[in-house]
Amino acid sequence: MGTISIISQLKSKFSSDILEVEEKNQRRATVSVKPDSIIRIADYLYRTEGLRFIIASALHTRLGFEIHYHFSSDTEGLVLNIHVILDHNEPEIESLSNMFNASNWIEREMHELFGINFLNHPNQDKLISEGNWAEGVYPYRKEFKTTGEEKR
Amino acid sequence: MSKKTLIPIGPYHPLQEEPELFKLYCDGEIVRDIQWVTGYNHRGIEKLSESKTYEQVFFLVERICGICSTSHPFAFANAVEEIGGIEVTDRAKYIRSIIAELERIHSHFLWVGLAGHFLGYNTVFMWAWKYREPVLDLFEMISGNRNSYAMFKVGGVRRDIEGNKIAAIRKIMGEVKKKTDLLTGAVMDDPVIHARTRGVGILTKQDVIDYGAVGPTARASGVSIDVRKDDPYAAYPLVNWKVITSEAGDVFAKAEVRLLEMYESISIIEQCLQGLEKEKEGEITVKVKEIPAGTGNGRAEAPRGEVFHFVVSDGSNSPARHKIRAPSYVNIATFKKSCIGQTIADATITLAGVDPCYCCTERMAVACDSSTGRQIMNGRELIDYSIAFSEMLKRDLKGKP
Repeated sequence: MGTISIISQLKSKFSSDILEVEEKNQRRATVSVKPDSIIRIADYLYRTEGLRFIIASALHTRLGFEIHYHFSSDTEGLVLNIHVILDHNEPEIESLSNMFNASNWIEREMHELFGINFLNHPNQDKLISEGNWAEGVYPYRKEFKTTGEEKR
Repeated sequence: MSKKTLIPIGPYHPLQEEPELFKLYCDGEIVRDIQWVTGYNHRGIEKLSESKTYEQVFFLVERICGICSTSHPFAFANAVEEIGGIEVTDRAKYIRSIIAELERIHSHFLWVGLAGHFLGYNTVFMWAWKYREPVLDLFEMISGNRNSYAMFKVGGVRRDIEGNKIAAIRKIMGEVKKKTDLLTGAVMDDPVIHARTRGVGILTKQDVIDYGAVGPTARASGVSIDVRKDDPYAAYPLVNWKVITSEAGDVFAKAEVRLLEMYESISIIEQCLQGLEKEKEGEITVKVKEIPAGTGNGRAEAPRGEVFHFVVSDGSNSPARHKIRAPSYVNIATFKKSCIGQTIADATITLAGVDPCYCCTERMAVACDSSTGRQIMNGRELIDYSIAFSEMLKRDLKGKP
């Protein structure tokens, strides 16, 4: 299995920011990076390599809050996940919305559902539960149980 | 700064079957700013999915959208099969692609109809929805349901398309092609439609890249992205077809892309049917033991663009995390670019231009006698009637043995 060219570029340019690289196959890869490098890496992927930002997925695990930023290289059929782990007590990371508008809504959504703070976000208002949800209750965190889960 | 008038569209509005509030800030006739409020329909499906088994999640994600009800199970199947390293049979791949392409045809018919309706051209609306009906009948014949077909499972599909059904699909596709010719002619050559849609709601290539727009919305602005080609799955690498793009970025270009895509879909279906005839009947699933721990990125090209599912498995029988991104999520945000500077009358068709997802699953709830108000069909009778209707369709479409 050959190495994906974008990943070798990332490795040479951001060697001190990269924590782990997992290349599943030619079309799927995950790169774990330090949270404070996200702007540098996203800027490189978006502007230099021309990747498209698909979406970001937040997870609440025992490590803290994890975010997978999914980028797509439409010429190579590659989904590149940039993975960061944020502190459990004070989850915060720089917003990407000043770079591209595609991340605006999803960052608002992650702020609303997981309570992750996006620094320098243009407008971190609630996206989906405006006006009918309590402050400081984050429904997608693991400690929040739905009715179905409580019964189990 | 001059005073602006606020014109709300929604949350409940005859133009939209789904609740969503658009606030148009207007200066005279011109829209100067647009804001929206979403969340009226938030059902917490991502969270719910974590409490369901992999088999159950298919039925859950199918209900995200009433129109592109196959694209979500398709993307979810791709994601889970990536985690498990599962390779489905060629027959299942062909059936999956046939279902997805039939769905694209009926969804694009629906959009053309709605677009006509938004323009006040109700003949197109009536025509398109009439011609869409035979495609839904095909779905009822194949799966028993007009919508939410429940065809997908991990490792294959739940129902086969046997020999006599193939003939019925061919027959209806022949008719659909003629009707598409008619509709394309009516839309592409009509001076009124040209006047209402050319140069309206232009989205530039840079806007598409900035907002990450997908599907016909991106392709109409000259960005040639299509998951079926870029990251091939199911039977798409096995057949010949091309990605339709247009450069103008206006509403007309979006209509053009969708109409021409229907021809590609018809061609893909025909090639898949030929593929099906070569494969052995009945080989539609592979045995799946368990889903190991890992992550999967599943993509599928829905009629409105790329559907993305990110599944994290911890080795149990239900997902540890399931992130879903529907195409309208990124496409609706482009209104900020395409609507501003338009007149109010053009704003509605621009909003409709990206084909925000409308649900059309209702057919009949209960039948009442209009003079007495008496209920003449109860739930059980309706189910029996529905089964009898499906049987009749199957008999008529397949022909007598």
